[in-house]
Amino acid sequence: MYNVLLAGVGGQGTVLASRLIAAAALAHGETAHTAETIGMAQRGGSVVSHVRIGEGAHSPLIPHGTADVLIGFEPAEAVRALPYLKAGGTAVVCTAAVKPVTDALNDSGYEAGTMLGFLKKQKIRLVTVDGDAIVAACGTAKALNIALLGAAAAAGVLGVTAEELQGAVEGLNPRFREANLKALALGAASV
Amino acid sequence: MSKKLWMGNEAIAFGAIRAGVGVVTGYPGTPSTEVLETIAKHNDNGRIYVEWSVNEKAAMEVAAGAAYAGQRALVTMKQVGLNVASDPLMSLAYVGVKGGMVVFVADDPGPISSQTEQDTRTFAAFSKLPIFDPTSPEEAYTMMADAFELSERLGTPVLFRATTRICHACATVEADDTVYEVTPEGFTKDPRWVIFPRLSYAAHKHIEARNAQLSDTFSGYAGNTLTGAGTLGIAAGGVAWAYLNEVLDGTEGVKLLKVTTPHPFPDKLAAAFLEGVSEVLVLEELDPVIERALIAVCGKQGLPVTVRGKLDGTTPAAGELSAETVRVLVADFVGRELPAEAALDLPPLPVRPPVLCAGCPHRASFYAVKQAAKQMKKNAVFCGDIGCYTLGNALPLDMTDTCLCMGAGITVAQGIKRVEPDRLCFSFTGDSTFFHTGLVGIVNAVYNKTPMVAVILDNSSTAMTGHQPNPATGKTVTGEVAERISIEGVLTALGVSTVLTADPFDLAAAIDTVKQAAVAAENAVAAIVFRAPCIAVTKPTPALKVAENCIGCKKCVKELGCPAIVRDGERVRIDTALCTGCGLCAKICPVNAIGGGANV
Repeated sequence: MYNVLLAGVGGQGTVLASRLIAAAALAHGETAHTAETIGMAQRGGSVVSHVRIGEGAHSPLIPHGTADVLIGFEPAEAVRALPYLKAGGTAVVCTAAVKPVTDALNDSGYEAGTMLGFLKKQKIRLVTVDGDAIVAACGTAKALNIALLGAAAAAGVLGVTAEELQGAVEGLNPRFREANLKALALGAASV
Repeated sequence: MSKKLWMGNEAIAFGAIRAGVGVVTGYPGTPSTEVLETIAKHNDNGRIYVEWSVNEKAAMEVAAGAAYAGQRALVTMKQVGLNVASDPLMSLAYVGVKGGMVVFVADDPGPISSQTEQDTRTFAAFSKLPIFDPTSPEEAYTMMADAFELSERLGTPVLFRATTRICHACATVEADDTVYEVTPEGFTKDPRWVIFPRLSYAAHKHIEARNAQLSDTFSGYAGNTLTGAGTLGIAAGGVAWAYLNEVLDGTEGVKLLKVTTPHPFPDKLAAAFLEGVSEVLVLEELDPVIERALIAVCGKQGLPVTVRGKLDGTTPAAGELSAETVRVLVADFVGRELPAEAALDLPPLPVRPPVLCAGCPHRASFYAVKQAAKQMKKNAVFCGDIGCYTLGNALPLDMTDTCLCMGAGITVAQGIKRVEPDRLCFSFTGDSTFFHTGLVGIVNAVYNKTPMVAVILDNSSTAMTGHQPNPATGKTVTGEVAERISIEGVLTALGVSTVLTADPFDLAAAIDTVKQAAVAAENAVAAIVFRAPCIAVTKPTPALKVAENCIGCKKCVKELGCPAIVRDGERVRIDTALCTGCGLCAKICPVNAIGGGANV
């Protein structure tokens, strides 16, 4: 069994990313389970998606300390979800912070550097992804999720290969096909 | 047979399609919504009639009528929707059905996106109806056929409940493409369809006898299992069963009882489970349904068993369970030492409360009402309702003083007005909520001459649950063109003398409209329809820009709380990925530093 946890902010595309991993796993004959936050919590809130590949997963949610890989769509959400990651697991983290929407009203004091510094001190393998640069190159912020999947696949920790992922990405909306494939490649190149 | 990755709600939908359902009705509500949507989307030959009904009561009654005529019918809703539909359901339990009728209700432990943590299993006992409660999406898929079969065989509606973690979890399901064939006999006239006290007495006697028999049937139902051996027992239902299996390693030496039909409770199976054990741990979310039933079996059988759960404080009374909480509960129960977990000392993390989207027309409507009340020096009360616009309670808008249940904003405002006749009372109701249960509140205000301003926020969408159509949108769930029911026309017909319409993004006109309505509401019911589409059902216009002459006063931030406006040192800038170009911030900027969009 293989557990992938995706953590981000509502609107960043964690749900679609989790479905792509599951679809890729299914395509190579595995079973997959996913679970996510939908509804009110989605609107700008913290969201996590759980993907469990292979037999032996009972709970739809990954228990703490058992995720093989944590994909953090932004630094603070990666830290928030860290209790899910197993000892020695891999965290693939986008370095660009998403400030809480209330930050403009009252400075939350949140800085990406503090979070990334904390992650570096943990006994984990940390892969950082310059999400800002990649989405600028792809021309759409919506490609961040695909870039992170590309990085995780290239790091060899996704449970599915980059090729399998490419198959799943090609099944998406053809309008974003080019941007998504570019994001997949740029994400992989950041490892 | 083929393997599919389905969300629990999709599995339930395909389970109903496979069971030959012919009529599907419902009202959207998280986490139930995708069941009806999936059926609408996969109704290839149009065999199935699918509708979003105006509310859950209407949905329940349409489904009941279809089942009277021998069709298999499914009605879907969330747990609080069942409260709205409880009147027909309670009587329908007595009258019964001919075609199979399944009432799908999604419960929401947590709650994650609901007003209450009510338990539909308790509703099953209250209404005396059988209920199925799957422990996984895979099980939900096959169980749907069992529910239809039982309903048809017993001539009774059957409840089918699932919780958020089943509804919104995806699993790999073995799909069976065969569809059970139903040929409805049609409606046959019979006195049984007319509920009368004498008939109800006979029906009540019948129901109690049937449920006693059904308890025995359920003791042999494949979904309920008794496994393992030992002098300790653990009983679980719903997703708690999945968490339990996640933490068991097989060395515990316990008896396990899985309950998927909590009412009528499988007493005989439970008695076999309780026989020879000294102590039992019950794992379930929401109400202690299995726990109470086990205690009752102990009492009836004279079994000396201690039952641990919510009632003795062993398990949490409220909120969701998780694999983590179940791991600790099971370890304590079987006397297992858990390895000490090194507590992670996380740095302070940003709090992310949900907010209205950038460009949301509700923000503009709330702001216009707030400004008008301020300019008129009125200490007004703002009674909100259920929908995205409940988020109007957040700072800096702070425009939702009350929120109770669907449609209650209009009526709660009337009660406050009756205690404080000089207070200006506003209600805020979305377009879908207006038709759901808002209409009665309007009639009540007009009939009883309670002066107030009813604000209808018409964003042409049932947005919070995922943009379903409603009677004001002119579309049905199947995408067909429907009669677009005019909200202004309805208000006028109901006797509201002042009915005004405004575009909330035309800020000056919107504020004037509110003032005009407030004057009219000194002695009558006035209504304002704020009409502007949800950002998800309309195309954004170019994003705005903050010019060099921004003085950093942050009025836009402090008054609007739009997520697209972000701090940039002493000044502000606009996040172009979020901005929809609505132009509201530009209209309040004191130095006209925001511009560049199409609406400025």
